[in-house]
Amino acid sequence: MTLTPEPSREKGLSQQIAVKNEPAPSDGDVWTKDKVFELKDVSVSYGGKAAVKGVTMDIFRNEVTALIGPSGCGKSTLLRCLNRMNDLVASASVEGEINYHGNDLYGAKVDPVQVRKMIGMVFQKPNPFPKSIYDNIAFGPRVLGLKDIDERVETALKGAALWDEVKDRLKDNAYGMSGGQQQRLCIARTMAVDPEVILMDEPCSALDPISTGKIEDLMTELKEKYSIVIVTHNMQQAARVSDKTAFLIVELDSTENNRWGQLIEYDETDKVFTNPKDSRTEDYVTGKVG
Amino acid sequence: MNRMKTPGSERTRLATAGARAVTTTSLSKQPAKDRIKGNIFMALLLLAVTIALIGLTALVVQAIIEGGPRFNLELFTNPPSSLNVEDAGFRPALIGTLYLILGVVLLIVPLGVGSAVYLEEYADGNRWWNKMIELNIQNLAGVPSIIYGILGLAFIVRGPLDLGFILAAGSLTLALLVLPVVILAAREALRAVPPSVREGSLALGATEWQTIRKQVLPAAIPGIATGVILAISRAIGETAPLLLVGATTFVTFNPTFFGENFSALPVLIFQYASRPQEEFKVLAAAGVIVMLIVLLAMNSFAVWLRNRYEQQW
Repeated sequence: MTLTPEPSREKGLSQQIAVKNEPAPSDGDVWTKDKVFELKDVSVSYGGKAAVKGVTMDIFRNEVTALIGPSGCGKSTLLRCLNRMNDLVASASVEGEINYHGNDLYGAKVDPVQVRKMIGMVFQKPNPFPKSIYDNIAFGPRVLGLKDIDERVETALKGAALWDEVKDRLKDNAYGMSGGQQQRLCIARTMAVDPEVILMDEPCSALDPISTGKIEDLMTELKEKYSIVIVTHNMQQAARVSDKTAFLIVELDSTENNRWGQLIEYDETDKVFTNPKDSRTEDYVTGKVG
Repeated sequence: MNRMKTPGSERTRLATAGARAVTTTSLSKQPAKDRIKGNIFMALLLLAVTIALIGLTALVVQAIIEGGPRFNLELFTNPPSSLNVEDAGFRPALIGTLYLILGVVLLIVPLGVGSAVYLEEYADGNRWWNKMIELNIQNLAGVPSIIYGILGLAFIVRGPLDLGFILAAGSLTLALLVLPVVILAAREALRAVPPSVREGSLALGATEWQTIRKQVLPAAIPGIATGVILAISRAIGETAPLLLVGATTFVTFNPTFFGENFSALPVLIFQYASRPQEEFKVLAAAGVIVMLIVLLAMNSFAVWLRNRYEQQW
């Protein structure tokens, strides 16, 4: 089954976002653009224990959407639902609805392998393959049966701002690169298979500030072609690069034995950081807690 | 260096010199107790290595001393003889061993690697039958080789397979004997490949099989090759199972893979050593040297092959 994008449908603001406080209607096109993902009451649990509950939000095309929040609030778990990487964890179960261009991502006829061709992921710790730089980038196109491998490698490396640094040593081992270069290699690797969405799970947390800056600049360029969802611990980073920000917290039940993540606020980044609606959001972004 | 001669600076200078002296002392000398303990520990470790090496070296040196006078290159080319001890050689046994090992390798590589891939990548480790399989493979690796000989006699030579007392049956028996070693080594090699490599591959839209074949297996090849080398080294020297599946006759002509009369180096060495004449015992010792050379040659080739693959990604 192939997932093809359906034409966008305008919906009323109240139907699009269900958070505790509805945002006042702002310049309309920010919330009426093409949607890539629609999450409706999504909950994920590992072995029966809930990790995140009741997330409802939409992710829009050609934007950078940031997920922020304290540790353990389920940001990475939620991110991994979007490309069905949680399928690899035997004890994980996903409830609720995740629509990708109107199609249920977890539908019976949907093949997770096809999903991952269109929704790529960059991980927290750079994970280049134990191969040469060229073979790292070429691996994706090769297994997907794409042609013009040389061109794709060059385009991907240029797109990840790595081409000038490595064009003379494409056959070198990828492990010989610095951490920042390795992470850009992983981004280039994801780009080489032409996905529509790139998910990034704390891509800069293992890197130095200069590499981080380069990757943040990259994200601003990349969003013209891709839709990006990024999980980050770094609030300043979320404020710098993202268009919309979702803030999650950790909820405890009455016995304090169970903890799970909850979506508190989801709005344009400017509003979340300068004029948040929920006091908990304000405490977090101003650094009082978390 | 300019110093103002004020009382304050003088005190500072003395204090700094004192601090430096104390630091130098504490950096340069370990407390005597710790140093002695460290040295004793190292001496004990060195002793362990020396004992192990002495045992090994004594074995090899003994074989060379006893068999050396008799050793010549004709041992590799002459057929054996129970009468003419001067011209006797090991040729058919040598060829028999080589054929046997060839058969073993052809069997254990696909079966062993395939089993390890299935058990490691596809099987659900929590199911009880998979846990039993894991336990049993480890047990099988320790079963005495004579029992594999009986297995071969009952099921391969006679029984369901009914191959008869042919070299291929010996190969099959030896393969079963060393298969657990290969499976265990291959599993360890597969486990050593970091999960991040698999995740990265799957996140690009590769299937599980593509991930295994193009990422995990190539990265695991050195470990798998080590397992195969260990298996071959064990199989070369096994005598008991071969005696049970038909390597008993005194063979003087070259064996064939599916032929009946075959022999192997350890068997022939044993046969020579069983003879009453003293010259045959010396011949047997020379045979040990022959076997060590064959073992060394095979292992070196396998290690060279492994190193060659290790450098290509």
